[in-house]
Amino acid sequence: MSRLAIGTRVRVRDLIHTGHRRTPVYVRGREGEVVRVVGPFLNPEQLAYGSKGLPAVTLYRIRFSQREVWGGTYAGAAADTLDIEIYEHWLEPVAAH
Amino acid sequence: MSESHHHHHPHVAEAPGLPDASLVLEQALRELLIEKGVFTADELRFAIEAMEARGEALGAKLVARAWTDPAFKALLLDRPGEAIATMGLNLGVNELCVVENTENLHNVVVCTLCSCYPRLILGIPPTWYKSRSYRARTVREPRAVLAEFGLVLPEVVEVRVHDSTADLRYLVLPMRPAGTEGWNEAALAGLVSRDSMIGVAEVRRPEAVGMS
Repeated sequence: MSRLAIGTRVRVRDLIHTGHRRTPVYVRGREGEVVRVVGPFLNPEQLAYGSKGLPAVTLYRIRFSQREVWGGTYAGAAADTLDIEIYEHWLEPVAAH
Repeated sequence: MSESHHHHHPHVAEAPGLPDASLVLEQALRELLIEKGVFTADELRFAIEAMEARGEALGAKLVARAWTDPAFKALLLDRPGEAIATMGLNLGVNELCVVENTENLHNVVVCTLCSCYPRLILGIPPTWYKSRSYRARTVREPRAVLAEFGLVLPEVVEVRVHDSTADLRYLVLPMRPAGTEGWNEAALAGLVSRDSMIGVAEVRRPEAVGMS
């Protein structure tokens, strides 16, 4: 079951997680918004080590402002965005500001 | 061969000197699988041949059909798996995600973690797509990377980078160029380059293919 609805503000957890993981370091700790609930997938961070990848994890598409990802050093336009796929265990909801 | 994260490829050209450890591992694994009868050498050869024979033609066909058939375009954007199934295609464990360019939005695809790519519909990824430079810089300074490909976008156009980190594979649906009114699907497909479906270029100009 997916826990996070479209439009939810989320933060990417900065987990200490060695080995195979599918959440790049550059988005960890950054805040974005759920733009799509893709659905359940076998957990690739488990599959990589020969397990069955169960329980399945919900995959989301999260949209970030590039200014949020890179701060003041982003040289593009203010409206530029980054969409990335992140599994639920890497996400936590953020209270509205 | 599936669409999943293959980093290595059998029978790659070898650099001079000692072979890379991963090449040795690949060779040992391949020989064992053949020896144990999991597959034959000819089946492996056939799979490689089929994989390398794929190009961007299927992707171009999808784009051209979307340009000429509004119902197909809606399906391709909303339920891409069903759209490609009408052409007998199936991405297997992965799922296709189609992102549409507009006057106000330009999409570009990268895989920062490795080199995920919709091989079934675009073929083998270009070498630059797998380079560390493209992977690192496209998320960090997409406009600079696009400019190096010859695509300079005005500030009013939002650049959206798609980092293909997990189970989706991305196809950019480029804008249909002006001056192609009345063109049929096959002629339109001739405008749709591989790079335009990755998002580092516009489609070919109609005058460039001598049809206008």
